[in-house]
Amino acid sequence: MITSIKGGEAAIAASHRLLAKRRRGNPAIVDLSVDQIREQLSLAVDRVMSEGSLYDPGLAALAIKQAEGDLTEAIYLLRAFRTTLTRFGHAKPVDTSAMVVRRRIATTHKDVPGGQLLGPTYDYTHRILDVALMGEAGSDDLSDLDGEGAEKNEGRNRDCMLDAAACALTRDCGVLARAEIVENARPDEEGKVADITRDPVVFPSRRDQRLQSLARGDEGFLMGLCYSTMRGYGRSHPFIAELRYGDVTVVLSIPELDISVGIGAIRLTECQTVHLTTRDGSLPPRYTRGYGLVFGHGERKAISMAMLDRALRSAELGETVAYPAQDDEFVLSHSDSVAASGLVQHLKLPHYVDFQAELQLLGQMRADYAERHADPGLKPVAGLAPIMEAQGGD
Amino acid sequence: METDLAFDDDDVYSFAYLDEMTKRMIRRAILKAVAVPGYQVPFGSREMPLPPGWGTGGLQVTASLLGRDDRLKVIDQGADDTTNAVSIRRFFAEVSGVATTERTGEATIIQTRHRIPERALTEDQIIVFQQPQPEPLRRFITEEAVARKIHAFARYGVMYVRLYEDISRLGHIAMSSDYPVVVNGRYLASPSPIPKFDNPKLHRSRALALFGAGRERRIHAIPPFTEVKSLDFADYPFTVQRFEACCSACGAQDSYLDEILLDDGGRRAFVCSDTAYCAERRGERTES
Repeated sequence: MITSIKGGEAAIAASHRLLAKRRRGNPAIVDLSVDQIREQLSLAVDRVMSEGSLYDPGLAALAIKQAEGDLTEAIYLLRAFRTTLTRFGHAKPVDTSAMVVRRRIATTHKDVPGGQLLGPTYDYTHRILDVALMGEAGSDDLSDLDGEGAEKNEGRNRDCMLDAAACALTRDCGVLARAEIVENARPDEEGKVADITRDPVVFPSRRDQRLQSLARGDEGFLMGLCYSTMRGYGRSHPFIAELRYGDVTVVLSIPELDISVGIGAIRLTECQTVHLTTRDGSLPPRYTRGYGLVFGHGERKAISMAMLDRALRSAELGETVAYPAQDDEFVLSHSDSVAASGLVQHLKLPHYVDFQAELQLLGQMRADYAERHADPGLKPVAGLAPIMEAQGGD
Repeated sequence: METDLAFDDDDVYSFAYLDEMTKRMIRRAILKAVAVPGYQVPFGSREMPLPPGWGTGGLQVTASLLGRDDRLKVIDQGADDTTNAVSIRRFFAEVSGVATTERTGEATIIQTRHRIPERALTEDQIIVFQQPQPEPLRRFITEEAVARKIHAFARYGVMYVRLYEDISRLGHIAMSSDYPVVVNGRYLASPSPIPKFDNPKLHRSRALALFGAGRERRIHAIPPFTEVKSLDFADYPFTVQRFEACCSACGAQDSYLDEILLDDGGRRAFVCSDTAYCAERRGERTES
């Protein structure tokens, strides 16, 4: 009696239990709490929220715990939850001019209106493992930084100690305000903004669809593409005109009551790049813009997003589309980590049927080959029995 | 705010997982797909708790079809007991509570990956295919805009050229699964990666066939009794695989077979890929 080996319920249940055991690790070590992840692995939480397209630090932390720290899996968990949520309204566009800034830099000038505010960044740390962190933390007293950010001016860079009016960090300050050499921020387009989670992107894409796709795209993939535009697949070297990280209020319009209310604050990273553009038909040479915006603190991603936003405007700006990063279908179709991870890993599923079909095809091709080349060395291979072809049913 | 009618007070998720608005959107896409057989209808594919590429298109179609009285069968590679089939069947049992079955004749909805059951389907049944790539032209044409134009004008010469080149170089058409079909004399369509053995079963099938591609966000359909023609030439007619062996468990000579390696010495045997068909035949044999 032949029995074929096929997976079963028991195996799946056992696999889930093994997973739970590995997730817990050594039971002698104290269990990692979701609060600890949210507070102490905040950049992982930010990335999961950003690519998971859901601002919820608690659930993102839970996803990270559940996925044993596999961020792609955690992003996927958060997305699968997000997709079940009812959409009860649309927030107004967030006003990053009103951001409570925790960090803000502009690279085009040493001094910019509003000042440079270094804030928390790894940029200038020495990448040396800090063995002090192996022990219990808390040797440094950081209590003087309570209320870090703009609420507490003592914590700010001296350069920024300007008066309130000069400090107004409008969205387009510094070089971006120079309308004669920098393109205008594009006006709000009339009509509805696309929602790529509800309506599939149809190519050629629109900019709102591209920005949404990039915002949830995989950081590594976008960074690699961005890198390619700087390194030989494009000749782009833009400037970061504005990079800021801080808190903004989310405002919801309630049409029934004809009022707008702030429903909470979220933390964002916003990046605006300027790119020298000289080939835009009738227009004089000038700077054009790229725009990036992500949840939490994610500068690598925000910069990549801004650069790709600009690269994907190549056709619009009269440039030759010759590199992968300029091709919207290439970039958008392959940037989603949930989709990419799914298809890559589907190779683990059984393919008995296709393989059998291909084996038969191989057998037939080898038989034909042997006949044509009269190759006595090409012996029939066991398992590749020639098949009879018969007329189909239609 | 939309009230989710399918929500019970103590349920975390909606009946069959998706919220009612999403199901409505998918049903609309399905209706359009049925109205234009073989045409790929874009739909707002959602993230599902199973990964894209593992059948999320089929999952969403099934979720939007399921009612409380349905009886669901899920197969992968023709079998009810492969891991992905078990996982999907269990998922729907948990989130919808519908009855499940392994018997092809008892099911009202059959979700499948890579096979069509051997037993002929009836007009009371819907078969839902999981489809990785709904665009048959993707083999040669990467740009979607170009492919759409080709479909719009029904200029499918590029596909025939591919078949012709196979014949001129190899003497036969070198496509053994996901063999392209023309639906209702109009749209070129992919039957999903079923072996071409199964293609004739789509022709004038009594059951509605729906194809869900989650990652690619497309749904297409073959309504009941629709003409489905596998591409061929007058002098090179379409053929299906035939096995020299028969099933070593039930003796079937008309079914698609899985190869089983019995030992490292190359001994092998064949059994039905469709486990339900095989089980039914064995049951009948022992009864008689």
